[in-house]
This record gives sequence, C-alpha cells and structure tokens, in this order.
Amino acid sequence: MTIKRTVNMTKQSDDVIVKTLSRLLIPFMQIYALYVIAHGHYSPGGGFQGGVILGASLILLAITYGLDNALRMMSERLNTILCSLGVFIYAGIGLLCIMLGGNYLDYGALDKILHVDIAHARSLGILGIETGVGIAVMAVMASIFLDISTGGLPSTKERDQSD
Amino acid sequence: MEVIKILSIVLILIGCFFFTTGTIGLIRFPDFYARMHATGKGDTLAVLICLIGLALYHTFHHGAVLDGIKLVFIAVFMFMANPTATHAISRAAFRCGVKPWTREENK
Repeated sequence: MTIKRTVNMTKQSDDVIVKTLSRLLIPFMQIYALYVIAHGHYSPGGGFQGGVILGASLILLAITYGLDNALRMMSERLNTILCSLGVFIYAGIGLLCIMLGGNYLDYGALDKILHVDIAHARSLGILGIETGVGIAVMAVMASIFLDISTGGLPSTKERDQSD
Repeated sequence: MEVIKILSIVLILIGCFFFTTGTIGLIRFPDFYARMHATGKGDTLAVLICLIGLALYHTFHHGAVLDGIKLVFIAVFMFMANPTATHAISRAAFRCGVKPWTREENK
C-alpha cells in the first residue's frame, strides 16, 4: 500500500466540519490555557502545561486554516521575541530576588517592592514565573511546529516551488 | 439524596457498558474504518453519560456546584471534539488510500 502525499499545509483545509469546529474551539482552548496558568500554584497545571495548550491552539489553527493565516497571527519575528521575553521574565524575577537580598527564585524577598506580606509575595512571585514559562513554552511549541511544517522555507512562494 | 445517588450510579454504569462495547469493537472489528466507527461513537456517548452521572453526584450529593458545571463543560467539549477528530482521522485515511474491508467472496 502506497501512501501518496495529499496534504499541502500552505493552503486552508477544505473540510467544513473541522474548520467550523476549530473556529468554535480555539478561543475556549486559549481561555482554558490562561486558567491553567493562573491556577498553577494551587491546583494541577502550571506554566508549562498552560503554555503547551496555548501552543496546541496555534497548531490547530495552522492545520485547519493554513500556515499563512497562522504565520500572520504568530510570525517568526514575534515568536523569537516571545521566546526571549518568557526566559527574561523567569530569569529577571529570579535575579530580582538576589538583588533584594534573598536566594535565586526566593520569592519571599519580593515583599520589599510589592508592599505585601511574605506569603502574598511568594504567591505573586510564583504567578510571575508561571507567566514567563507559559509565554516561552507557547512560543517554542509554535516555533518548532512552524519550522518543521515549512521545511525551513520562510515564504509561501519558495514552499510552492519546492512542492 | 438517595435517589440522586442511585441515578448517578446507574448513569456511570451505563457509561462503563458503552466503554466496554467500544473497546470490544476496537479489538474485534476487521479494519480501520470499522474500528474508528466503534470507538468514535461508543466512547463519545460513554463519556457524556459518565460525566453527567458524575456531575449529578458532585452537584447534589457534595454540594459542589462549580465542579458539576466544570464536568458539564468537559462533556460538551468532548461531544464536539471527539466526533470531529474521528471524522478527520478517517477522512485522512481515505485520502491516503486505505481500502475498506470486504468479504472474500464479494471480491
């Protein structure tokens, strides 16, 4: 049995059912991802899991509505910026704790600039870390998928020629 | 309260029955499309019935209304996503040229 290549990722899918359902589901997936990130410190979930769900919503968009639409929402430039921004938030909060006199990622030291008690400062510090991790993971997931599916060819014209 | 308890147990047992039939179909059916048919339909209904039973139990027996609402949301999204995933997988298989199973004497 030979499997012939019938899928062209550049164009939109011609399947009405899948397109309608992904249009319905993608906003709810993204809201759910934000819920998972925000509730990371006292329920299952966290930055990595929420970031993966956000990245999966972008991958679903790229599969159903075509790579060009996905790249219009999440370009390579934006991907690179968000990757670095997520790591910067994580490492920045960690280093801020050292500057305020604690250990690396010792959120209790943040109470001096947040003007709350130590327990609240720890909670807010963890939320900041989760946000950074979520942004970085979402950007890396989307970036890996886009790199694989474009085959390293950035523009639509080059991809059509190589097909 | 006892009525709600019995009702939720009955619903969960019915859901488990449909899970079992779906799994038997997945193991015993001859080809890809028949297996997708069994698991796609059976598991969707089973998940819906099981989650409604659990939502009833949580809402009325434990008084955790928010957990019940979350379970109903999961049921609604499974009911939308599961048949669509089945449809997409079997359509991809058909386009890649997977032949449906037929009896030997009909060939």
